Amino acid sequence: MMTPRESALRATLLLAFALAAVSAPAGAKTASLEDAAGNYRIASSSSIQFSVPQVGGGGGLAGNFGKFSGRFQIDGNNVERSTVEFTLYPESVRAREQRIEDFLRSSAVFDTANYQTVTFRSTSIRQTGPDTATVEGALTARGKTRKERFTVTLTNWDRRSISFTIRGSIRRAPYGMDVGTPIYSNVVDFDMNIKGTRR
Amino acid sequence: MLRNKEGGFGVITIVLHWTIALLTLGLILVGFIMRRTDIDPTLQFSLYQWHKSIGFTVLGLALLRTIWWLVERSPHPVPGLRPMEHIAARATHTTLILLGIVTPLAGWAVASASTLNIPSFYFDLIVIPHLPLAQSEASEAFWALIHAWLAYIVLGLVAVHAAAALYHHFIRRDEILTRMLRSGFRSGRAGACFSQKSRRCQEE
Ligand code: HEM
Repeated sequence: MMTPRESALRATLLLAFALAAVSAPAGAKTASLEDAAGNYRIASSSSIQFSVPQVGGGGGLAGNFGKFSGRFQIDGNNVERSTVEFTLYPESVRAREQRIEDFLRSSAVFDTANYQTVTFRSTSIRQTGPDTATVEGALTARGKTRKERFTVTLTNWDRRSISFTIRGSIRRAPYGMDVGTPIYSNVVDFDMNIKGTRR
Repeated sequence: MLRNKEGGFGVITIVLHWTIALLTLGLILVGFIMRRTDIDPTLQFSLYQWHKSIGFTVLGLALLRTIWWLVERSPHPVPGLRPMEHIAARATHTTLILLGIVTPLAGWAVASASTLNIPSFYFDLIVIPHLPLAQSEASEAFWALIHAWLAYIVLGLVAVHAAAALYHHFIRRDEILTRMLRSGFRSGRAGACFSQKSRRCQEE
């Protein structure tokens, strides 16, 4: 069973491949993710949003990061051998008001004075559907490294760029960021729209 | 024993009095530290939450105290109290009773009006809803100012109140302080010697 969204993605992809096929010389390959093989740089137009639910419902905390960089490589022969590397600069955190941003930068949360980056390096990728995958890797924040998992959905594709939505729920306590629990959930939900441009 | 009598306070009055006094002084200390000193932001966050939980506790106790004060008789003034002294004492006590309620209410207003919208999770057990106030920077700043003023006025009044009690105890040597320390107090000399170890008892 495909949700309407998935089938829309499918249709988009097929269209992209069809266009590629039309513009390609005769004998073009069948459409597949393999055609997206290559090296990509994460574009700054990507967005990385997070939210932390709060007790009793009602909004919680939300924000995003303005500065990050990274690249990924899609292996054409074996998608599961693809890799991704990602760095974000927590100093660039944006929230709905200055006090929250300052708090997030402080030693209570990201401690940006001592830890300038949060990094992610994939260790394994498993394809879970025609346009979905699970990425597992090492997340390092505040000097602590742990294995985390994100789910990736392909949303757009053309010959120069590729876009995914990436979702993941990360427990912050193991990184020494448990401040505010249990008023604010230990679990931070990440919702990212990552666009890669071919290098 | 539990109720007040002509000659002294009952256990209920005494326990409420000292519990509220202790918690209120603690709240002022915590309030000052969390708000006016440069402390670790994690600690600061927890102090705010402890402050709110203990503050709500004091609000509850202060409401009980006020009801009790309204329905229960007050002991007679100690002999030798001048009318002006009696009036001043009554005025201080009434103000303290009122501020005991209004100060935490103003604190609740700060938490409610704050644009940070941090839930009040009473001792991490139950969410106490915000008061129905508009959340804005101006409103938060206004209530923070009122709350701070009320709290430091309480501190000033407590100082006056405690100084008066000590004055009565050590200079006037009446039973004003001792009858708030021990129930079942009988007026007269025995009361002044509520503790056989007290220096004054040995002197007498
Ligand atoms: C008798 C009870 C209370 C006393 C004596 C008290 C005392 C204080 C004091 C001395 C401060 C520091 C003010 C300053 O220096 O600016 C303060 C701040 C504060 N109190 Fe209370 N408080 C009480 C109850 C409450 C309650 C019930 C709440 C909330 C539910 C509360 C919330 C706050 C908040 C949010 C601040 C910080 C205001 C700011 O950031 O400017 N307080 N309190």
